[in-house]
Amino acid sequence: MVEKAADATARATPTSVAHRVRGLSDRAIAWLFIAPTITLLLAINIFPLIWAIYLSFTNYRANRPNAPVQNVGLSNYERVLTDPDIWQAMQATAHFVFWTILLQTVIGFTLAYLIDRKFRGHAFWTTLILIPMMLSPAVVGNFWRFLYEPQIGLFAYAVSLVTGIPTADIQMLGNVSLAPWAIIIVDTWMWTPYVMLICLAGLRSIPDYIYEAAEVDRASAWRQFWSITVPMALPFIMLAVLFRGIENFKMFDMVTLLTGGGPGSITEVASITLKRAAFESWATGRASAFAIVLFVAVFGLANIYVKALNKVKQR
Amino acid sequence: MQKTLKALLGLASASTMSLALPTIAKADQLTLCWAAWDPANALVELSKDFTAKTGTEMKFEFVPWTSYADRFLNELNSHGKLCDLIIGDSQWIGGSAENGHYVKLNDFFDKEGIKMDDFVPATVVGYSEWPKNTPNYWALPAMGDVVGWTYRKDWFERPELQKEFKEKYGRELAAPKTYDELKQIAEFFQKRQIDGKTVYGASIYTERGSEGITMGVTNVLYNWGFQYDNPDKPYEMDGFVNSPDAVKGLEFYKALYDCCTPPGSSNVYMVESADAFKSGQVAMQMNFAFTWPGLHKDEKVGGDRIGFFPNPAEKKHFAQLGGQGISVVSYSDKKDAALQYIKWFAQPDVQAKWWQLGGYSCLKSVVNAPDFASSQPYAQAFLDSMAIVKDFWAEPSYAILLQDMQKRVHNYVVAGNGTAQEALDGLVKDWTEVFKDDGKI
Repeated sequence: MVEKAADATARATPTSVAHRVRGLSDRAIAWLFIAPTITLLLAINIFPLIWAIYLSFTNYRANRPNAPVQNVGLSNYERVLTDPDIWQAMQATAHFVFWTILLQTVIGFTLAYLIDRKFRGHAFWTTLILIPMMLSPAVVGNFWRFLYEPQIGLFAYAVSLVTGIPTADIQMLGNVSLAPWAIIIVDTWMWTPYVMLICLAGLRSIPDYIYEAAEVDRASAWRQFWSITVPMALPFIMLAVLFRGIENFKMFDMVTLLTGGGPGSITEVASITLKRAAFESWATGRASAFAIVLFVAVFGLANIYVKALNKVKQR
Repeated sequence: MQKTLKALLGLASASTMSLALPTIAKADQLTLCWAAWDPANALVELSKDFTAKTGTEMKFEFVPWTSYADRFLNELNSHGKLCDLIIGDSQWIGGSAENGHYVKLNDFFDKEGIKMDDFVPATVVGYSEWPKNTPNYWALPAMGDVVGWTYRKDWFERPELQKEFKEKYGRELAAPKTYDELKQIAEFFQKRQIDGKTVYGASIYTERGSEGITMGVTNVLYNWGFQYDNPDKPYEMDGFVNSPDAVKGLEFYKALYDCCTPPGSSNVYMVESADAFKSGQVAMQMNFAFTWPGLHKDEKVGGDRIGFFPNPAEKKHFAQLGGQGISVVSYSDKKDAALQYIKWFAQPDVQAKWWQLGGYSCLKSVVNAPDFASSQPYAQAFLDSMAIVKDFWAEPSYAILLQDMQKRVHNYVVAGNGTAQEALDGLVKDWTEVFKDDGKI
């Protein structure tokens, strides 16, 4: 693969430039150009991965650099896979990822479908809808914390107005049943515009003549939606799901700001557990094993998903 | 040729100068790392005297409490040279001593005539010694701190409330001496209308992310007889951490959380607790003593409106120790200059000024001075509190022990999962595993 890239670069190098460097072949020059990037990639991507795999088989602790490092075989993996806390974190992550993706896809596609229709002020509404995704997650986390505040928060006030429940009883972040949903609501509010943008690109890529042909065939609007719009926008929707899935699998900042993983450990997603194991407990070996398990899971799922995406695109 | 030689010499001189200049400038500068809070501002003010006296500029790296441990433990573990001096939390002492992060100060203290006997004993054990109760010093006690309580004196003094309280409970409405009294007062104020505003009983620590709920829970549990381990057999925890009394203490903490805290109190630590008090939401507030000077100065709730009291008793009488010692980082290139700062800081007149500026001195000559108790309205409560302190584990694995307790107690107190007995049994199991991993059991 690298060789092919090198050949391509060599071919792309202008002859005049190649001749200027005496004594070096085109291929050598190409390698010279590629080498820094490859070195950088090896240093910041491949080496840490290999190092983490190595550490996952040891009892290494980063806060005790002088302690002897022992090979512990598969015991870190065994501990990770049998630890009920880690399984709880995985469940919290799965719950979060599933519901955020479902809601963002449904709402995002609906918004894209509505925005795609030309109407007065549609550019203004598009911009307005996009604002949340332009904000920093730290800012979003902080201000939603205030919005959820039972005594002064607008969210509690609005819910109270509709339901008649006293605001003091609407404890979105302190209630075990509500806290996971509080985070899902914030993530959906922030990232639905992103899904909408991708869906909008998909909708706008559908040529008008297909709809015109359907009109000629007297296909109803409902039929056009299910037979033209959805199938043709599906690769884009799937791409949005992939991006959001990967992003939300590693969600950390917003959850930390909103609940810190609580109440109890109900919103402690995998990335928080991993961070605590690695940088608070300093169980570097065990944290590396957990990171590798997560990597394999995400990599495996993403691979299956990309294959499905390619199949849909080929249809 | 001569021209080339001259040019090369000139270039070499310029390079040498440019490299040397920053080094000269940096030799006169020390970096001190600490948490970003009110006492840190007082230390900046105090350190101006050090600069005036020695010519050494002081640079400060202050990090908010929520990331204080993460940031500086990372720095120490990576052998970073950012901090020449560090005011590290009391629980870091074991790990920092055993992992070589701090310079051992015994020889320096001997040479400079700094005696640990001159400092409040609890602060020496808590902030300086490792192993505990041995004369091995890794820090100079810098900032005494302890969990105590503030209350709305102006509300407590209202005749109509005093009358109602006396009729209901048969005693005066005054700062509580026991936790049962505290809960009664909290219940009395919960959801009461005062000046047209709904107020609540008490604000207590419930924070999940760092150390908040552990500091609050231990502060209460000690008074029910909770012990970390068997005094005669270290690391034997079964029957001590989860003793019937400790279980009752934890049940009390949950009951206090359920009955008497303001809505939305599921993630409260120092800042949130102080905010609840400052905004006039609560009648009482659990918080570290460092917050007291700021609260006393507050226009709305300070002055005559605020009162201070040490942690109430129950079967025993203890309070959770806070505070820190100042250490020299062993990876610093300016250890000698850093030691000179510690020498300066240990002087009685500097310590007296430290107290005046808002820091809590640990020097006996300051806190035992005849006018100390009357020097500030909170001074007596601080003295009383410092006399009953007890600290969390200071083992090298303290962070894991802390995380385990955060998880177990938050899960019971705030999330309402399981029973107090199950929470503490689980804690014994977690802690046993940690000490087994450490080879201590």
